[in-house]
Amino acid sequence: MKTDIVLAGVGGQGILSIATILGQAALKENLYIKQAEVHGMSQRGGDVQSNLRISSRPIASDLIPEGKADMIVSLEPMEALRYVQYLSPEGWIVTSTAPFRNIDNYPDLDKIEAELREHPHTVAFDMEETAKEVANPRTSNMVLLGAAAPFIGLETDKIEDGIRTVFGPKGDKIVEMNITAFRAGLERARRDAKL
Amino acid sequence: MSTKHLLLGDEAIALGAINAGLSGVYAYPGTPSTEITEYIQGNRLARERGIHSHWSTNEKTAMEEALGMSFCGKRALVCMKHVGMNVAADGFVNSAMTGANGGLIVVAADDPSMHSSQNEQDSRFYAKFAMTPCLEPSSQQEAYDMTGYGFRLSEEMRIPVLMRMVTRMAHSRGVVEAGEPRAENTLSYPAEPRQWVLMPANSRRRNDALIADYARFEKLAEESPFNRFTDGADHSLGIIVSGIAYNYLMENFPDGCPYPVLKISQYPLPRKMIRRLVDECDRVLVIEEGQPFIEEQLTGLLPQDKEIAGKFSGALPRSGELTPDSVRAALGMECHQRKGRSQTVMPRPPALCQGCGHRDVYSALNDALRTYSSPKVFGDIGCYTLGWLSPFNAIDSCVDMGASITMAKGAADAGQHPSVAIIGDSTFTHSGMTGLLDAINENTPMTVIISDNLTTGMTGGQDSQGTGKLEDICRGLGADPAHVRTIDSLPKNHDEMMRLFREEFDYAGLSVIVSRRECIQTARRHAKKA
Repeated sequence: MKTDIVLAGVGGQGILSIATILGQAALKENLYIKQAEVHGMSQRGGDVQSNLRISSRPIASDLIPEGKADMIVSLEPMEALRYVQYLSPEGWIVTSTAPFRNIDNYPDLDKIEAELREHPHTVAFDMEETAKEVANPRTSNMVLLGAAAPFIGLETDKIEDGIRTVFGPKGDKIVEMNITAFRAGLERARRDAKL
Repeated sequence: MSTKHLLLGDEAIALGAINAGLSGVYAYPGTPSTEITEYIQGNRLARERGIHSHWSTNEKTAMEEALGMSFCGKRALVCMKHVGMNVAADGFVNSAMTGANGGLIVVAADDPSMHSSQNEQDSRFYAKFAMTPCLEPSSQQEAYDMTGYGFRLSEEMRIPVLMRMVTRMAHSRGVVEAGEPRAENTLSYPAEPRQWVLMPANSRRRNDALIADYARFEKLAEESPFNRFTDGADHSLGIIVSGIAYNYLMENFPDGCPYPVLKISQYPLPRKMIRRLVDECDRVLVIEEGQPFIEEQLTGLLPQDKEIAGKFSGALPRSGELTPDSVRAALGMECHQRKGRSQTVMPRPPALCQGCGHRDVYSALNDALRTYSSPKVFGDIGCYTLGWLSPFNAIDSCVDMGASITMAKGAADAGQHPSVAIIGDSTFTHSGMTGLLDAINENTPMTVIISDNLTTGMTGGQDSQGTGKLEDICRGLGADPAHVRTIDSLPKNHDEMMRLFREEFDYAGLSVIVSRRECIQTARRHAKKA
């Protein structure tokens, strides 16, 4: 298997925990992993992204070439579009449609959604809303992980094990909340993508 | 028995150092190097062994503290971002003259593309002019392996070793196989004690020895397990590639590169290996992250018989980090099919957090300065540099650590009024104190605002060395206690802050205002713990 993922969001949204969970799950499966992330200045409310590559063969580059990403996984709709040049023609965009407006010139949301829908393989819904419904707004990143799960090429229970490993130290309640959010995202994506 | 870990390049160095019998890490936080020290601070074995990992005040103190540990025969690691090398340079360059006793590795983490920095300087130049060996890992595994190797090299050659990292290697995770930890060194003193006293008579002797050693370092680079010549069937092109650039090259040839490739990860440059590649190929392409360090040594000033392409020739961009795509273009390969960039997307620059005390300082400062015709505010390095951006647009300069105070002094000397410096607490103890002493000694009419958030904020909230003693430091340096003032940076204090700022702008001498409020990020973390 080989899956190249661009993870996107705004500093502080929690995309790096998605990378950590997938990394743990892939490590357990004895897969090769490379995951480049951004620290420092951009974490202060700027755009952040992480390149996550998982493969059964050794991986050369820490960065994904343009046109080669299998997925863009984003917690924010405009941030998903920021990386479309990396997406392969058959790739998937999985994104929340909840905008994070911390700039004055944030574009028209309808325009963003229309551009997202132009792409043949898109799963886009308000993940904050789903997180609020089933668990807690802070678990939207796990809704996103769930929504991305069918396309990653790792078994979903292996990803759930990753969630348990990463959130384990915070207690069972937090683990369960995150698993619930993950499953809600998974279900929604399966329905939307007619899987 | 080996164990598998998923580690950042930085963490791989840290674990490599611990397992190689490290006795102390010395560092000042700086992106992208911070995680090395943080990993050691959190590592169980490091804690059990009592490995030193307290933050240093700046990179120069870190460098010299590590040199002291090396003098006593133990293995020491110094970590900094690339511009930290400028601060540590006096200690670093002269440590090549003293040489090392216990293994000494200096990690300089470069930041091409300036993700979190003010320039793109390439630390390999420091190794060259100090005449030390330099290692440049191309994978997390190499970063791990090279740390143990670097300590052995340092001890065998009695020389500090520079390890050059770049952002993408420092902040990228990969699987690392780690071995068993080795014991720490025991205390021992240098075999050549006079070499450590750099008086001219000793230095002249030592310089000759170092020049002779440098030839041996080159020989070791020829034999290094990290420098590898891989032949290819097609000799129309030969590729010299260093560090992380190797990964971008190989990404474009998943089934192996058809051209001969010389991968370089240990310097000085292995001359014979390069000679061979150049002799056997029609053209040469040099791919290196950062400045054209290898390319320049190959091309020099005079015309060559062979075409050598790289950053100078325009085959690769001169600025910004390499990518698999820019390397692909340099190889003359067609780019992958892809969509164009979205035209809808707007830039989203970083900003000061909501609830950050720096916001209150800038808001009051801007209001306080409104009635002056031409105020100038000299900024510094940290989160508060974001005060240049809208809505505050509050600073006129940001140059290097501590330059706010010294530039404000120079400006005041030139007749500028008000001349205001704004500096964070950690930057102040890093490099602001010495400049403040200059201003105190001349009672320069200027105002220094120390925006104290009780932490090193930008790099993620590391302990700040001046916490709890900033006013004492200023008074201790000789600042007039009547003009060392303190206020809490809170929205409700806006008017009072404004009044206080104006009082001190109008005082015809040196003032320091400590404006204090805990960083909102560390405050949240502390609240969670409690």
